[in-house]
Amino acid sequence: MQNEQDQILSEVTSGEYKFGFYTDIEQDSIGKGLNEDVIRTISEKKNEPEFMLEFRLKAYRHWLTMEMPRWAHLNIPEIDYQDKIYYSAPRQKAKLKSLDEVDPELLETFEKLGIPLQEQKQLAGVAVDAVMDSVSVKTTFKETLAEMGIIFCSFSEAVREYPDLVKQYMGSVVPYTDNYFAALNSAVFSDGSFCYIPKGVRCPMELSTYFRINAANTGQFERTLIVAEDNSYVSYLEGCTAPMRDENQLHAAIVEIVAMENAEVKYATVQNWYPGDKNGKGGIYNFVTKRGICKGDNSKISWTQVETGSAITWKYPSCILKGDNTTGEFYSVAVTNNHQQADTGTKMIHIGKNSRSIIVSKGISAGLSNNSYRGLVKVLRGAENARNFSQCDSLLLGDKCGAHTFPYIEADNQSAIIEHEATTSKIGEDQIFYCNQRGISTEDAIGLIVNGYAKEVLSKLPMEFAVEAQKLLQISLEGSVG
Amino acid sequence: MSTVTSKISLKDRFINLYSEKSGEINKNSSALMNSFREEAVERFAKTGLPRKGTENYLYADVESIFGADMEKYFGERKISLNIREIFHCDVPDLETNLLLLVNGRFFNNGQMLKKMPGGIIAGSLAQASKEYPDLVRKHYGKYAGNSEDGLVSLNTAFAQDGIFIYVPKGVKVEKPVQIVNIMIAENDLMAQHRNLFIAEEDAEARIVVCDHTLSAHRFLTNSVNEIHTAGGAKLNITRVQNEHNGSSQVSHTFSRQEGGSELSSITISLHGGFIRNNVYVRLDGERAENNTMGLYLTDKGQFIDNFVHIDHAAPNCCSNQLYKGVLDDYASGSFNGRILVRRDAQKTNAYQANNNILLTDDAKMYSRPQLEIYADDVKCSHGSTMGQLDENALFYLRSRGIDRREARLLLMFAFAHEVIQNIKVDALRDRIDDLVDKRLRGELSRCNNCAMQCG
Repeated sequence: MQNEQDQILSEVTSGEYKFGFYTDIEQDSIGKGLNEDVIRTISEKKNEPEFMLEFRLKAYRHWLTMEMPRWAHLNIPEIDYQDKIYYSAPRQKAKLKSLDEVDPELLETFEKLGIPLQEQKQLAGVAVDAVMDSVSVKTTFKETLAEMGIIFCSFSEAVREYPDLVKQYMGSVVPYTDNYFAALNSAVFSDGSFCYIPKGVRCPMELSTYFRINAANTGQFERTLIVAEDNSYVSYLEGCTAPMRDENQLHAAIVEIVAMENAEVKYATVQNWYPGDKNGKGGIYNFVTKRGICKGDNSKISWTQVETGSAITWKYPSCILKGDNTTGEFYSVAVTNNHQQADTGTKMIHIGKNSRSIIVSKGISAGLSNNSYRGLVKVLRGAENARNFSQCDSLLLGDKCGAHTFPYIEADNQSAIIEHEATTSKIGEDQIFYCNQRGISTEDAIGLIVNGYAKEVLSKLPMEFAVEAQKLLQISLEGSVG
Repeated sequence: MSTVTSKISLKDRFINLYSEKSGEINKNSSALMNSFREEAVERFAKTGLPRKGTENYLYADVESIFGADMEKYFGERKISLNIREIFHCDVPDLETNLLLLVNGRFFNNGQMLKKMPGGIIAGSLAQASKEYPDLVRKHYGKYAGNSEDGLVSLNTAFAQDGIFIYVPKGVKVEKPVQIVNIMIAENDLMAQHRNLFIAEEDAEARIVVCDHTLSAHRFLTNSVNEIHTAGGAKLNITRVQNEHNGSSQVSHTFSRQEGGSELSSITISLHGGFIRNNVYVRLDGERAENNTMGLYLTDKGQFIDNFVHIDHAAPNCCSNQLYKGVLDDYASGSFNGRILVRRDAQKTNAYQANNNILLTDDAKMYSRPQLEIYADDVKCSHGSTMGQLDENALFYLRSRGIDRREARLLLMFAFAHEVIQNIKVDALRDRIDDLVDKRLRGELSRCNNCAMQCG
């Protein structure tokens, strides 16, 4: 039994990273290093208005005064911020008019990724704003959306076309002073997505972005801003993959969501950055700040994430429940294998009356990995009748991995009801035995059980993503039980 | 981050105090305890006092407590009061072996070390380390020694005395041993004592610790307890914290459990302005069992912080944490419990629960139940709740003619009793039930015949 499992384990762990290809496209990069001149160059290259440059410089100066956070349960090697390239874009000669003009190699990359960028994909009903190494290459479905008044474009375009909106909301949820990586991102961010849903509009399709880190040694610093006006609704998908590379790549993104009265925003992520090889070499450092604010009454923000990639993940999608009767949701499946480390969770800040939040986190660790849930539930004084329920389960596959739970619960209000539950366990031998008895192989049984374990979260994903996520779980885990 | 200030930093103040007084400190202690001081000062110089906002001291502002200007004395001092007359514990049927600790020093009634039948030794730690240096050396500083907490180093540097209890192999101590910690002075006073409890193989003992203040001055205690339970030993410790609200105390308890041992400790915190209890348990042998429980009933501006760290270093062990609290007025509290299951500690069963009731909007509670697990064949779970009394239960009682206030009290009492029922000394359990009942009713909860001004 042991031998068999070892064999399965080695088969799985020696499996190649499926998305580890590298596209050879001409890149427009600037030299390594970070200083005010680099920031000025980035801003200049992107033709940004003065206020953006100011914002970047302020953020950079603030960043210089900060120290790298050390509180997470992570072992982060020293990062040399001067050894990174902070801008890299596929070289574009002129603006593209149609899909045919898109670099065929780039299209091939996307095809490998399975991004529905071409016409046939239109049937899938997904509008994709593909961000490849920081600059939006192609945005589809823009017209359909524009008819309804929805703005969905790259961040740099938004800076040029809708400077007022950007000025008003950028940094309003995640100020550049927020944390070390948010400051870094605010200083050097290259591109990202901007989404604006006007009053009373229900976005008819799932909006989707694919991030992909391509060039060696470039940090990916994208920024997403979603604003949902009163009575609007949008569901947003983000998917990430990165090619295989030996050196660790840095990824420090910011996502900001603003939900006004009665608005609802759903944000789903499937993160599959390159996790490094089985000896822990290479892989992405994923230090992300994601935060949404339920500004208006009765608004709702829901985060769903499936985290299977990255060598190191440091990520806490949060909700500030400012309005009355607001709802925050967080559903997460985090899988770590080999030498991966993840410290992820959420923050629910209850400010408004009758605000409620739910946290469901499922951690799965295998190999030599460490997987931590870290979540804050804070109920402020005015948040009468605030309600929270948290469920954090960890599943250990193998005896050399770690699963940790670090909840922080802070209550300043007597009417608050906060519940936190967590369990840690492994897949029961009786469960596997039961499946074996019915002719299901051990490997399939594990896949079955893990999928069942994560079902509560996976069911929150939009259909296309759920399928992909389920596959990812299989790739990352199947058979890795020791 | 270094800031230039004209004042001497708090850390340097303690270091200077040590170099100034080390002669006097050494003179009034034992060679064994003295031999640990220099290294502890060096450690302290590196770490300093724990800062508020760091992971282990997220909510407790130790610096402001230790920064207060307080007297510290290291020589002999005649206590003018006759403690025997003033202190008369009236818990009915509570027959105990009484040990008194006054301002961190064993109270001298002529006999510094009691030798009881069966080879039990109890009394002054300084004296014990003179008479039984080999025995004390085997344990002293062994469990607390590696702590990175600056306050532990501070204690090691300054502690001159404390309580020593030794229960030899296979001996069962019938009568509970009661330690009464008394603070009494004519000025604000800081004291640091050190206790060492050793239970050898298959020994059994029950220990009751009561913290009291006898004068209205501000007091600060920084104590370290080291506990060793050898294979099969059973130790049961009940601690009642009942100092007045102008006093502050930080206690660190380091327990080491060998295979098959059982250690249960219950801490009942009633009064006291600033209380921080650090509990570190290491389960070092198979089939060891640990129960660590706490109950805190706070009001006014009290602050209570329980920090528990259970380290499962051996397989097949079992641990259980239960902390419950009721916070009234503008009291604030914090619970930080961690279960660490090391790589090969398979078949671990660990459970942790923290339940809180907030009675007002000004009361604050921070809860951090944590799991850190590196073994796969384990059953670990934790739960934390914050909330109010169950409206349905209240309705049930009121529909049976019990008024709202009484119904609330009844429910709170039931809530608290879940912890109290685990106290193994019957007479004490009844007394604490009574104290808690009074505490919840807002009546003075001090023992009837005791002249000590607790509360």
